[in-house]
Amino acid sequence: MLNRYPLWKNLLIIFVLLVAGLYAAPNLYPEDYAVQVSGTREAYTVDQALMKRLEEDLNQSGVEFKSAELNEGTGLIRFSDSDTQLRAKDLISKELGTNYVVALNLAATTPDWLTEIGAGPMKLGLDLRGGVHFLLEVDMAQAVGQRLDVYVSDIKGKLRDERLRYREVEHLSDGRLSVRFVDAQVRDDAQALLHTNFPEFLIESADEGSEYFLYINLTEQTIREIEDYAVKQNLTTLRNRVNELGVAEPLVQRQGRNRIVVQLPGIQDAAAAKRIIGKTANLEFRLEAKPDASRVTTESYEFRNEPGRKATLEKDIIITGSNVANAQASFDENGMPQVNITLDGKGGQMMSRVTRNAIQRRMAVLFVEHKSRIVQQNVDGETVEKRIPYTEKGIISLATIQSTLGNSFRITGLESSQESSELALLLRAGALAAPIYFVEERTVGPSMGAENIAMGITSVQIGFALVLAFMLLYYRVFGVLANIALTLNLVLLVSVMSILSATLTLPGIAGIVLTVGMAVDANVLIFERIKEELRNGLPPQSAIHAGFERAYSTILDANITTLLAAVILFAMGTGPVKGFAVTLSVGILTSMFTAILVTRGLVNLAYGGRKLNKLSL
Amino acid sequence: MMAKTQKIYNFMGPRKLMAAFSLTLLLISVASLAINGLKFGLDFTGGSLVEIGYEQPADLGVIRNALEDAGYEDVTVQTFGAATDVLIRLGETHDPKLGDNILQQLQSAESDQTLTLRRNEFVGSQVGEELREQGGLGMLLALAMIMIYLAFRFQIKFSLGAVLALVHDVVIVLGMFSMLQLEFDLTVLAAILAVIGYSLNDTIVVYDRIRENFRIMRKADAIEIMNSSLSQTLSRTLMTSFTTILVLIALAVFGGSTIFGFAVALLAGIGVGTYSSIYVAANLLLMLKVTRDDLIPPPKEDVVDEMP
Repeated sequence: MLNRYPLWKNLLIIFVLLVAGLYAAPNLYPEDYAVQVSGTREAYTVDQALMKRLEEDLNQSGVEFKSAELNEGTGLIRFSDSDTQLRAKDLISKELGTNYVVALNLAATTPDWLTEIGAGPMKLGLDLRGGVHFLLEVDMAQAVGQRLDVYVSDIKGKLRDERLRYREVEHLSDGRLSVRFVDAQVRDDAQALLHTNFPEFLIESADEGSEYFLYINLTEQTIREIEDYAVKQNLTTLRNRVNELGVAEPLVQRQGRNRIVVQLPGIQDAAAAKRIIGKTANLEFRLEAKPDASRVTTESYEFRNEPGRKATLEKDIIITGSNVANAQASFDENGMPQVNITLDGKGGQMMSRVTRNAIQRRMAVLFVEHKSRIVQQNVDGETVEKRIPYTEKGIISLATIQSTLGNSFRITGLESSQESSELALLLRAGALAAPIYFVEERTVGPSMGAENIAMGITSVQIGFALVLAFMLLYYRVFGVLANIALTLNLVLLVSVMSILSATLTLPGIAGIVLTVGMAVDANVLIFERIKEELRNGLPPQSAIHAGFERAYSTILDANITTLLAAVILFAMGTGPVKGFAVTLSVGILTSMFTAILVTRGLVNLAYGGRKLNKLSL
Repeated sequence: MMAKTQKIYNFMGPRKLMAAFSLTLLLISVASLAINGLKFGLDFTGGSLVEIGYEQPADLGVIRNALEDAGYEDVTVQTFGAATDVLIRLGETHDPKLGDNILQQLQSAESDQTLTLRRNEFVGSQVGEELREQGGLGMLLALAMIMIYLAFRFQIKFSLGAVLALVHDVVIVLGMFSMLQLEFDLTVLAAILAVIGYSLNDTIVVYDRIRENFRIMRKADAIEIMNSSLSQTLSRTLMTSFTTILVLIALAVFGGSTIFGFAVALLAGIGVGTYSSIYVAANLLLMLKVTRDDLIPPPKEDVVDEMP
């Protein structure tokens, strides 16, 4: 029994460990505090000239920076501490105005030669770097309801075009549409017409006395499509809004059927982020009603800033916020906040067509916001929280039309410059297709993030040191070998995590710590087995061989079952639990490699190929 | 010179006593779970949590009064770790500015120090409910998968024994959380699932040895086989538990509020798991009347090969 690995096996192990060391290396370089600058549109790009300007500004204000670089239209300026970073951000935002996005970021300092082989550090989760996590739910009932309202007018238009006389088209509270007729023949014709024109309808007819009805349901698939569309539309809008907020590396992702996850790392002002992300505001432009207008065609609204004051407006909407191509906040001659609006082609046409005939009349800008309140309801003896959506509309300005309005004009009558800039942002980013609600929110302050990292690292270090010391005392030379393997395991674990660009979270660190504790298990199994074989009278070399061989299947069974649990954790879990599952699974795999192959290699190097009388175990 | 013989402990001697002990623990746990239930954390119930950092040790009474005066109902205030670190839990329905409002409220009561908002969490009640369902489902799924794998690798009695031992461990850890009214949140659930993996690990090492001994010790009866298998694996069982406990203590002491519950659940789980892999797992095999015939035909390689 020689206990020697063939050369290729030793080389293979060394090769794997070298590669692992290389890919784990980027984690040793601390990240820089940085400010990231990018343009909001084609017209505003970040170029060398702009970067030069910013560098000069920073120099002039005495803000020290480490370096400034330009990468594919995004500028990155690095600083040595977070105070300087914050000061620089304020300075740069003031200098660039609203056409550029200025965001705080942590920039990796991985050397180029490592970046070139695709190596990079592990990503830090929100709990480690600070930031905000939101889980939003899209109100599907509202999304479908809005579409049904559109269908009501579509149906009316179609029937009118074909001169089929109906009494009423209604959107019933149970989610169906009903069309009422007085003539059975007309009803049947209408049914045939609607059937060919709207294949997405499920139409039933019913007779009630002298009235004839069509009841319309949407097909399952159409409802699914509407819901899908609503979520996708909301995703786009949320991405736009998040981009406008200026966050480096944001995450906006669909989760499940009707939920959206938004993660904003490193954000300072969570309340502002929330206000902007969750807002379902829109604008409606309408003419003020003529004094003699019929009640049926008008509606009255209060002014937003002057409770009690009301105005009567026409029901017809000229355009809505979705026709806005660009919006910028600024101040008027009197220093009052205003928003300059540019409409898209269709919006501009509509606006000029209507205003041409309405000079000297007044036009209102109506601010529309979808909100909801939670009501406790008693259903079958159980208290259930129910969300009641409602819409709040208020006039923000009512101004006399002096001349035909075209593509661009301005809105005044806003409360503060904060309101004007938020309104401009919302108009630019687009409206949400359906209301959304916050169902989960987690904010971790930046100081807490740093503290979590420190605590995590401390507990890894202490746990690791304790295990190393104990193994050394108990197993002596074999303990040293196991400790080397354990250290290599940690390196391997970090490198696999970096290669997968997995996100490291606090529970993830707990997973690493646990892996350290459990990784020695394989070694303990092997060593105990060797001891036993020695007791049974085997000579040392044979005992080593038998110990490794016999322990192998036990290690395999034990680890595979743990891996099963970890994989299920990953599949079922969300956020923090997932992070734990990832490190645990990776840790199990790497520890099997180091405990079985690497420890064996080390033992072979130490003891293999010579005659032994005694083992230090 | 190395021919010391392995000392064989009579683990199965007091097996009735141990079974009674385990059963008592199980009954207490189930009773506590039925009566007290689990104190579910924010992740599962929904609600809000605000963590605020003080510069000087905070007076919880003052904070409680300040919040009650401000009209917040259903408030729990506690410090975690340091006396300067205050956790406030509210059952309040959601308000986007909750964290800031509370911070302001408390700041106005403290003029000589600056408070910082460290953490602000809100979970909707519906999300919590879904998580509870998913967590339970995940645990069942994990058990099922493991049972199938073990039935395939060992034999159905071993598989049953391992899963029952596992249920034993999990129920007792849950029972402990219920008895002590420790908070049960997502990270604790993760810990429980890790306990499943860990306790199984232990049980399998023992079972592996039992299987092996059934094949080698042709003349011994089941109880003798259990005893020698447990004795042979004893030092490994204790060693591994000890090293894992070392790191978990490090986590519990230095890890901070977010993973304290995690570390405690795992510590308890490993304690119970170590006990159960010695006294429960093998005992269950005896109760299931495992015999040598269950493991026949033995794969030949294990018996013949590798003996020099």
